[in-house]
Amino acid sequence: MKIKILWALLALVIVGLIAVPWITSYFYIFIFTEILILGLFAASFNLIFGYTGMLSFGHAAFFGIGSYAMALVLIHLEWPFVVGLLLSMGVSALLALIIGFFCVRLNEVYFAMLTLAFGMMVFAIAYQWRSVTNGSDGLAGFSLGSFGLGLDLTLANPAVYYHVVLAIVVIASAVLYLVCRSSFGMILRAIRQNPERVSFAGLNVRTYRLVAFVIAGSFAGLAGGLMAPFLRVASPELLHWSMSAEPILMAILGGTGYFLGPFVGSAVFVLLETWITSFTESWMLVLGIILALMVIFFRKGLLGTVLDWWMEIKK
Amino acid sequence: MTNPILTILNLTKRFGGNAAVSSINLDVMRKETMAIIGPNGAGKTTFYNMVSGRMQPSEGSITLDGKDITGLPPHKISKLGISRSFQINNIFPEMTVQENVEVVLSAYHGHSRKLFNIASRNTGIQQEAVELLKRLGVDSLKDRRAEVISYGDKRLLEIAMVLATRPKLVLLDEPTAGMTPEETRRTTKLIKSLADSGDYTFLITEHDMDVVFDLADRILVMHRGEKLFAGTPAEVKSHPEVRRAYLGEEEDEMTEETGA
Amino acid sequence: MSGIGSALLNSLDIGLLLFIIAVGLNIVFGVLNIINFAHGALYMLGAYLAFTLINIVGMPFWAALLLAPLGVAILAVLIDRFLLRHIYSRDIADSLLLTFALLLIINESVRMIWGSGIQVVQPPQLLAGSMDIMGSSIPTYSLFVIVMGLALLAGLWFLFNRTRIGRIMRAAALDRDMAEVLCINTRLVVTGVFAFGAWLAAVGGVIAAPMRALDPGMGDKIIIESFIVVVIGGLGSFPGALLGAIILGLIHGVGGRYFPEVNMLLPFLGMALVLLFKPNGIMGKGAAA
Repeated sequence: MKIKILWALLALVIVGLIAVPWITSYFYIFIFTEILILGLFAASFNLIFGYTGMLSFGHAAFFGIGSYAMALVLIHLEWPFVVGLLLSMGVSALLALIIGFFCVRLNEVYFAMLTLAFGMMVFAIAYQWRSVTNGSDGLAGFSLGSFGLGLDLTLANPAVYYHVVLAIVVIASAVLYLVCRSSFGMILRAIRQNPERVSFAGLNVRTYRLVAFVIAGSFAGLAGGLMAPFLRVASPELLHWSMSAEPILMAILGGTGYFLGPFVGSAVFVLLETWITSFTESWMLVLGIILALMVIFFRKGLLGTVLDWWMEIKK
Repeated sequence: MTNPILTILNLTKRFGGNAAVSSINLDVMRKETMAIIGPNGAGKTTFYNMVSGRMQPSEGSITLDGKDITGLPPHKISKLGISRSFQINNIFPEMTVQENVEVVLSAYHGHSRKLFNIASRNTGIQQEAVELLKRLGVDSLKDRRAEVISYGDKRLLEIAMVLATRPKLVLLDEPTAGMTPEETRRTTKLIKSLADSGDYTFLITEHDMDVVFDLADRILVMHRGEKLFAGTPAEVKSHPEVRRAYLGEEEDEMTEETGA
Repeated sequence: MSGIGSALLNSLDIGLLLFIIAVGLNIVFGVLNIINFAHGALYMLGAYLAFTLINIVGMPFWAALLLAPLGVAILAVLIDRFLLRHIYSRDIADSLLLTFALLLIINESVRMIWGSGIQVVQPPQLLAGSMDIMGSSIPTYSLFVIVMGLALLAGLWFLFNRTRIGRIMRAAALDRDMAEVLCINTRLVVTGVFAFGAWLAAVGGVIAAPMRALDPGMGDKIIIESFIVVVIGGLGSFPGALLGAIILGLIHGVGGRYFPEVNMLLPFLGMALVLLFKPNGIMGKGAAA
């Protein structure tokens, strides 16, 4: 019964999200677009952190490369938007396979260090490879052409783009959710709690971790592919570890124990950032303080704390 | 029936300069229950770790049903038919008791590769999990979170998870450790019925000598990493070196008194 | 001095400085089993504190070398007492997250206090200029860095192998529970080790200050370098940290001179290469998952 209430609430939220362009200003259309894209980014991170127990500090590498892939496609090839997204996913999945291969073999401490290091390596490449990435200036000046799939959409219109992002994020999240609910997802959760036990049940834990890492990377790349046209630029900042910090904070903020936690975290994060940067430049300081407080006192996150409490009462 | 299921030759494990396990030679017969006894530090767990793949031997070989499994990683050895429990509880604490078993069953049946099924609707696996829990007598706890059930029940859950992979050879590491007398009795009865069913070969390490003599067809006595003696319970009881090293000096005094 | 000669000297310079910084990271890991993501930020704080003491308060370099690391060590004690103690008993991920949060906080605080621009610290009169060695001209400060690096190396070796404190730290590193049973006040050891690691980082910062321009991004650069050092050399290994630092120093010194276009990438490639063949690092153990 309780679960049905939650699903109904979710449906209401989605309906509300659909209605956003008609009930708010342009400003909030931009805010919600950002919330949705970063929410997907954070949810992809949570697949490897909340579910599988791997703390990566380099997840932005996949997000950023997705952005660059989309930008390059739009600049050089002028392919339809949907194809660009598929390419973003493919490229980031490949990168995740390479980086993951080096990292999943090692314990959590090494994993954290290495993902940070490899992430910064990708950043260094983007920063220096002027001929391809235009270095620190980033790639800009691309325009959105057709959507693809025979649909005629004016992607340049922010409201239209918002709905496209909403649709894609909802579909992608549904797919990701299915993966989490599957037997494979159950194994990932088991790996987080007791990886040794899983290997004694006959499974090669490394393989499962790598697959999770690649799936997470590809969805991060999808989010990145959605981000580039939104920002109108693909720049190295999207690859920096400070960008990798964002999904981490969002997941902790919203709650790593529930699938929708990162989305809640994304909403709170974006709204907080918008508010705080309006009167100070030291957003990173606030971010750090919030992360510290959450980790120490509210480890379950906002949604996590609420849902845990709600599931416990009147059982 | 006469060829051994497990053959161990010259098995040795060294840490630095010390040999935790030294030149063990052993045959374990199909469907028998063999108990391994020895004081703490005798090398029993290290021995288990090598047989189950958790540690690499320094020397020697392990053969399961004719197949050389020396040095293979745990997941491969599990697939070949060896399953083990641990001295310290090794379960999935945040999942329910039933889910704990489902995880292992899912791995065993290959469902773990399915990315798009809904695990909670997998009735086949759920039924099998409940049956397994029933067999161990803990099915009433199936919806409880695993970390909150009693210590004794956790041990039983662990045995259920061990059996879920339908192993040929079951390694139980001190299954009754920390249990109340009642729980010990229940568990011993359970293991006995599983052994009698003829489906499994058991290797059990134990400190409780009553349990050992109740269950074992044969006993391996280890001392300081070496195999001291292997034989039937009667042979072990009367073996002078075993009595001296393991069963205690009291025995020596007794034999002195009676002049035996 | 010949091209290769000065490249090698440069490497030794960089390498020993990296060693000073990375060994602190290694020591904290060895005893506390956590990687302090804020380690680079503490290095940076040491440099900036020295800047303030030297350029604004007007102290001599030697006073700053004494006081700045002490200040950072005190801050580390506060961090441990008020923040880290909450999560030591928890999952290791929580420690990593908290030190990461500290990184953000310290980074931004430095930017707020000292500004985003570049600051410069002059080396002390004694160490400015260059010396004539074997017919070549070598910056005196480079020699100073090398001497300091070797002195710290010797000091640390002595500390760990010949003193009671060192033995206690090694015991706590091997088995925290056992150490507690033996009535070693592990709470104190933990705080002490964390502060010691911070002190080492800050010493590195003060020594590095006259060599490099100070900017709020210097902490980030150095933490990545430290990670590469401990990955190459092996986490938890003292000689490994030295080996890793020397190798990275060589990559920078030689690579920077002869392969400037890919200079930024070389350390990462070196790290990836080591990982392929020796996932534990050259001298490390137990890194496998």
